[in-house]
Amino acid sequence: MTAQRPEVRTAQRAEARTLPALVYLDHAATTPMLPAALAAMTEELAQAGNASSLHSAGRRARRVVEESREIIAEAYGARPSEVVFTSGGTEADNLALKGLYWARVAADPRQRRVLASATEHHAVLDCVRWLAEHEGAEADCLEVGPAGDVSPAALADAIETDPASVGVISVMWANNEVGTVQPIAELAALAAEYQIPFHSDAVQAAGQLPVSLATTGATALTITAHKIGGPVGVGALLLAKGAHPVPVLHGGGQERDVRSGTLDVPAIRAFAVAVQVATGRREDEAKRQAALRDDLIAQVKAAVPDAILNGAAPGPGRLAGNAHFSFPGCEGDALLMLLDARGIACSTGSACTAGVAQPSHVLLAMGADEARARGSLRFSLGHCSEQSDVDALGAAIGEAVERARRAAR
Amino acid sequence: MSGGVDSAVAAARAAEAGHDVTGVHLALSRNPSSYRTGARGCCTLEDARDARRAADVIGIPFYVWDMADRFHADVVADFVAEYARGHTPNPCLRCNEKIKFAAVLDRAVALGFDAVCTGHHARLEPVPGAPGSTRLVRSVDPAKDQSYVLGVLTADQLSRAMFPLGDTTKDQVRKEAAERGLGVADKPDSHDVCFIADGDTSGFLRRHLGSAPGDIVEADGTVIGTHDGSYGFTIGQRKGLHIDRPAGDGRPRFVLSIEPVSRTVTVGPAEALDVFEIEASRPVWSGCAPPAGPLPCEVQLRAHSDVHPAVCEPDGDGGVRITLREPARGIAPGQAAVFYDGDAVLGSATISRAS
Repeated sequence: MTAQRPEVRTAQRAEARTLPALVYLDHAATTPMLPAALAAMTEELAQAGNASSLHSAGRRARRVVEESREIIAEAYGARPSEVVFTSGGTEADNLALKGLYWARVAADPRQRRVLASATEHHAVLDCVRWLAEHEGAEADCLEVGPAGDVSPAALADAIETDPASVGVISVMWANNEVGTVQPIAELAALAAEYQIPFHSDAVQAAGQLPVSLATTGATALTITAHKIGGPVGVGALLLAKGAHPVPVLHGGGQERDVRSGTLDVPAIRAFAVAVQVATGRREDEAKRQAALRDDLIAQVKAAVPDAILNGAAPGPGRLAGNAHFSFPGCEGDALLMLLDARGIACSTGSACTAGVAQPSHVLLAMGADEARARGSLRFSLGHCSEQSDVDALGAAIGEAVERARRAAR
Repeated sequence: MSGGVDSAVAAARAAEAGHDVTGVHLALSRNPSSYRTGARGCCTLEDARDARRAADVIGIPFYVWDMADRFHADVVADFVAEYARGHTPNPCLRCNEKIKFAAVLDRAVALGFDAVCTGHHARLEPVPGAPGSTRLVRSVDPAKDQSYVLGVLTADQLSRAMFPLGDTTKDQVRKEAAERGLGVADKPDSHDVCFIADGDTSGFLRRHLGSAPGDIVEADGTVIGTHDGSYGFTIGQRKGLHIDRPAGDGRPRFVLSIEPVSRTVTVGPAEALDVFEIEASRPVWSGCAPPAGPLPCEVQLRAHSDVHPAVCEPDGDGGVRITLREPARGIAPGQAAVFYDGDAVLGSATISRAS
């Protein structure tokens, strides 16, 4: 028999369309530019000058670059000559992995093994896969514990199977999805014992933890501006003196031939300003974010008692602003959609292929099954996060999880 | 939102009418290719991008829902299985029945939505004398009318559907897309089977079903040729028979029946294709009460074909028997029989036998 047609609740829906101010809980993806960085960049954008030119306009631009370089170097325990500007974190990872690998096999063809943790960002993992598929590398995965941690023992074991064959080691400073902090000092020291180049993607750690090239003795560190309040489009590879990666970009020979390309002076200046601000208040900001984050965890658990916190326990072993949950019986992308409709922005934390979320490789590496990996959300705080953001999530998450569970049945 | 012009304009109209619209692109391919090549195939990454851009212009949220596994199980696997049985499936029907107005609708309703809106060319109107009810009606554009592939939907599914384009011709839809600044205004329509991008259905089936050689016979059993797989044939087919000996009477032969177990394809003259009675199963009555006795109506037996005056009545076994006033040809088991009263859809059933 023909059915009755339900009313489409036009008036109520129209109201819901006027969203409250956005509650942004995805600072790990990117974070608003610090006002000082924005101002510095805007000012610099009005100037013209190629930092490689020999005339006065070029020298002015060059001075901005070199002052920025010195600021960034000092903040991260590096010499100015150890700072190589790139277009961001991905490019810096590519330069480190590919460049160091090529240099190592050129020096000794046996040094083909690349050791990288199973939880690295795709900018590292995909490089390693490419090197294995096209450049004769042997990709060796470093297993992680249930919290996503790489133990020095695991690294030692991996090296020990054949130390003479290891080309490069790469372990990220802190994980972008679950926030777990790796024991970089010990891992780098271990690599140094065997004289194997050690690279760490410090992109997430740079604003929150004491990232230092000198202190760790690492060969290379990746940092990027847009995670700490600078602009998208600029980053750096901190490259220890004595490391000579084969360049990825050839051209005008900028950055001591290591990375050719006209320098983005306004972005570099803004990068330095962001680094200065972030480093200056790093400890206070980490404390502030940790308190907010701990309350976020408490509120989510209160609303959804069976939510599982993934990653290291909150404390020094975890990024201060990071929270990551699996919600049993839900699909993360349904949850994300429901929260998005309520004006709350977060992330499933996994790579997207054509907008279709894949289960997080980080969670899978930590031993989660596919359902748990698919049913997860990451909430990350930043320099402008407030208690009201946490409260908004606390108020919305219960209903969102309930609906997402219904949708999954 | 497939990335095509119809769904883009439908979404725009729904948003303009004041509904709270969210655009969803269905990722249906397990291996989406990057670019659309011409009019074949669908759901490439480029299509997803086109859909996203249309949603941007309209100003609505946009997501991609991964239905690739369900689509493969319910539509692609069913398509292959039907051919293996000697039937001729219509995957668009299965997709509407199992994916768009089932899997997608169920998920949408659970997430708090009220209805699924698509760019199908069809109309929804109340049944005369029953205000608040809904039945499916042909589009005003007879060449583009898609009520046939929607005829498999139940009344419940129709009550949660919206088809904003039914009152507009295709040409007008394209004009409107251009006026609205939707970049897909000139994108060619996709046609044929959306998951067979190169249009080579035989090749696709051969890859899935392998080589299954058998005989081509005349009605009296005389073997007159061989074939490589009975799935390469459909009832009423004339071309591609590869028969060496001409028919005794010199007239063209047509495929009369396909028997997949013995892998036999029977051919014969055109008149042998005439069908007066059709048995159909799993009837769905969305536009009227299920008939208790004979129901005079018009029946459409293939997509994009004419209707046949007929009488439809229950066969006492859950199915229906359709008696045609004039014989029809090329009626293939697996296709849908959709019953019309003028332009309105009464219901549908799946053809199981024709004689």
